[in-house]
Amino acid sequence: MVGMKSEKFDYFINGDKGKYEVVIGLEVHAQVLSNSKLFSGSPTKFGAEPNEHVSLIDSAFPGMLPVINEECVKQAVRTGLGLNAKINNYSVFDRKNYFYADLPQGYQISQYKNPIVGEGKVLLDMPYGSKEVGIERLHLEQDAGKSIHDMDPSNTYVDLNRSGIALMEIVSKPDLRSPDEVNAYIKKLRTIMRYLGTCDGNMQEGSLRADVNVSVRKVGDKEFGTRCEIKNVNSIKFMQMAIEYEASRQVELLESGKEIDQETRLFDTKKNETRSMRSKEDAHDYRYFPDPDLLPLKLDQKLVDDLKKSLPELPDKKKERFIKDYGLNAYEANVLVSEKEISDYYEEVAKLSDNKLAATWMMGDLFAMLNDKGLNISNSPISAKDFAELVQAIKSGEISGRIAKEVFEIMVESGDNPKKIIETKGLKQQSNPKELEKMINEILAKNKDKVDQYKSGKEKLFGFFVGQVMKSSGGKANPQLTNEILKKLLKG
Amino acid sequence: MSDITNQSLNQIIKRIKTKEISSTDLTKAYIKNIEGAKKLNAFVTTTFDYALDKAKQFDNKPNFDQLLPGIPLAVKDLFCTENFKTTAGSNILNNFVPSYESTVTKNLWDNGSFLLGKLNCDEFAMGSSNETSYFGNVINPVGDQLVPGGSSGGSSSALAADLTPATIGTDTGGSIRQPASFTGTVGLKPTYGLCSRWGIVAFASSLDQAGPMTKDITDCAIMLEAMSGFDEKDSTSINKKKENYSKNLKDNIKGLKIGIPKEYRVDNMPKEIDELWEKGKKILKDLGAELIDISLPHTKYALPTYYIVAPAEASSNLARYDGVRYGYRSEKGKDLIEMYENTRSEGFGDEVKRRILIGTYVLSSGYYDAYYLKAQKVRQLIKKDFDDNFTKVDAILTPSTPSSAFKIGEKTNDPVSMYLNDIFTVPTNLAGLPALSLPAGLDKQGLPLGLQLIGKPLDEQKILNIGYAFEKNCGFKNEIKKWWA
Repeated sequence: MVGMKSEKFDYFINGDKGKYEVVIGLEVHAQVLSNSKLFSGSPTKFGAEPNEHVSLIDSAFPGMLPVINEECVKQAVRTGLGLNAKINNYSVFDRKNYFYADLPQGYQISQYKNPIVGEGKVLLDMPYGSKEVGIERLHLEQDAGKSIHDMDPSNTYVDLNRSGIALMEIVSKPDLRSPDEVNAYIKKLRTIMRYLGTCDGNMQEGSLRADVNVSVRKVGDKEFGTRCEIKNVNSIKFMQMAIEYEASRQVELLESGKEIDQETRLFDTKKNETRSMRSKEDAHDYRYFPDPDLLPLKLDQKLVDDLKKSLPELPDKKKERFIKDYGLNAYEANVLVSEKEISDYYEEVAKLSDNKLAATWMMGDLFAMLNDKGLNISNSPISAKDFAELVQAIKSGEISGRIAKEVFEIMVESGDNPKKIIETKGLKQQSNPKELEKMINEILAKNKDKVDQYKSGKEKLFGFFVGQVMKSSGGKANPQLTNEILKKLLKG
Repeated sequence: MSDITNQSLNQIIKRIKTKEISSTDLTKAYIKNIEGAKKLNAFVTTTFDYALDKAKQFDNKPNFDQLLPGIPLAVKDLFCTENFKTTAGSNILNNFVPSYESTVTKNLWDNGSFLLGKLNCDEFAMGSSNETSYFGNVINPVGDQLVPGGSSGGSSSALAADLTPATIGTDTGGSIRQPASFTGTVGLKPTYGLCSRWGIVAFASSLDQAGPMTKDITDCAIMLEAMSGFDEKDSTSINKKKENYSKNLKDNIKGLKIGIPKEYRVDNMPKEIDELWEKGKKILKDLGAELIDISLPHTKYALPTYYIVAPAEASSNLARYDGVRYGYRSEKGKDLIEMYENTRSEGFGDEVKRRILIGTYVLSSGYYDAYYLKAQKVRQLIKKDFDDNFTKVDAILTPSTPSSAFKIGEKTNDPVSMYLNDIFTVPTNLAGLPALSLPAGLDKQGLPLGLQLIGKPLDEQKILNIGYAFEKNCGFKNEIKKWWA
């Protein structure tokens, strides 16, 4: 557990009549990583031609029947375990009935009363300390197809590639209190699922979307306010903007003595506002009932146990271990476990070099370079082994930090390993005290006037001498040794 | 040679095997009958060229080891048949040609048979008289102006009129057994899950089950053997070893305990039904079976329960017929909603609309608990009634229907009296049990009547055996004059 931070939570909205707290709950739709759809054998790969990945089942031809994809079930269980949640050995698939052109069956197969995963929790690392967010449930459901309205002035086109793809709907408790917490929560969910390999978390491709429930109440109130649901927001930035807009809208209503209508709203990303989509009275009656084409899903406890045993180390555990084993601080550990690939890279580097220095250099120069080039750690031009070699060269004093930056640049450009670069370019640090002393004596002899001034009290000149040493050594003089020798000789 | 088409399937198979008749000649004989029986309106589609082609292929390279060697079969138009129009008796599918074959029909073809045509049925199998079909009502060969039962009315009519040597139907609440009873033929609704539902146009998924309709019990065993079997494409299919029903057919039923439920009667039930039941009991008793009076107390709730569960599922199952991807689409309407409304208004008939409305209503929020949920609970009680009694008895004997075939138009304006026709057949669908209707006698007007044998789950062999023994000792003969020809 992270120690308390100095900062305090301060996301409130101040009105004339009081200070308001924002209450947020999320329904996250995460696309299950699987080769085929939830109830059919169609592929799930993104980017296919329209209607290329559509089977008779996905397009709801007469007499077609759904058969559950076992891998999707396992993925949901893994995710549930990753969220420290209760796995329900008995769950039921229901039909959610409504008509729409991109919903071929006229119903979505979902889980209503008996979801596959029950209550769980997620830990967020906030500047004001650790925060626990409750998970209400996770259930499996089918995605719908896509209606395309802008291809033709008078027709709507339908692409069923997404129709039937497995989604996990992860419903949080109304535990979030600010856009920052929403950001941290989504990122944490994403990290956990990417560690588990159950969702790629790719928001651009629609693998992660959320419905956002927002309400406000005066600080200190026990009861929740009336909530509005903002449908289908597909980026964290938009979620944050939508929440900010919606919370102020609600506060304004309350301040002017009006009531908030419970309704479903849409976020208009162009105008940066939420708009009413339908009121509670107009809410669909989905006529949920158990899908008679599917038997209740019964999970063997052994399957759950086996999946539990095979889970990878998850970010919270890994973070604790990084702090304990590698002596990192909480911030460093947090950054380095944020992606599984980053943590793997770090561990490989740390095994071969100084742990702390490795962390500093990774989070500094390496990340900056990757960011610059639009790369991620998996396609880094520098291998973990080479990077460790560089860190070790700094640690052992073979090269200085300044030279290391130079070597790093060359590594990125050439792909060569640091040893080779240091040798061929002669960048090795000058650490032989006798040679250094000889060089420094020559410099002092050449600058007798400055030496005199220094000795008479102008100590600022020390930097000048260091500069001269570096200049004459081509930057390779060991800085620490240079300091020591300079100090000694200038005293004498 | 006498007319081969009035013989039973097993006799025909013998003749094929002994090369007394070729598959081609057999097929031609049925085609001739079908062409002369248009009045019955049993067929929606005929596939004569295809059948003759398959028959020729068989004759050129016969395989006599198959269960159905070179046998042409017409099937209910609810089974999807690859490249052949499948309508479910509805306007909304009147142009629908599947690119796939239902598992059950594929099983039949894999056993040596081939498609002769698609048989008329009530629209989406919703009906008890075959009067709701978009393609017009079917006539019972037993007598002009009589309904053949429903929903598999085209199947029962074609079978009784010698237009197909055997056939298959589907049974959601009695749609195989009631038409069998009305035409003096044998019909079996297997245990739920014994025959795959894949590729069958769905009515009510938790009740639908395909089954054979035949001239005698031996044929029924052969057909069941050919069509049944585990199918991984149907999640409700039962994974068990295939059985040799025809080989294991035995007529010794000595010592079997037969339950007689006191609840299987209705007000104003014709005396003949009671007499028939008595006759059935006597036959079984004479064969050495022991009769045991039993009670199935929740039977009276079966019909209302059925008319909540089945429409609820149907309302959802039929949502896919929206004019978007296949089937009929109305040209009228200015937007998506109007296109839906017009397509479904023009595409569905009254009975289907009635059931969609009922189903939508009972699933609506505020009514769900009072109707659907309660019906599901009662359904469990009905099932429990059977479970409790099956610890004491091997099978249960009841009448199949509360009356013989009624007149065309007699009940069309009174849906409830139409629904009452299924009163003896729906409980087994709700409980998922196998049930066999077998011809047992004639009423005063000389119309066939059937008795029903209900078995334990997956105990088809036993009820077939009882039926086999019964058939040998009942002396029923279906004498149908070919008045339509």
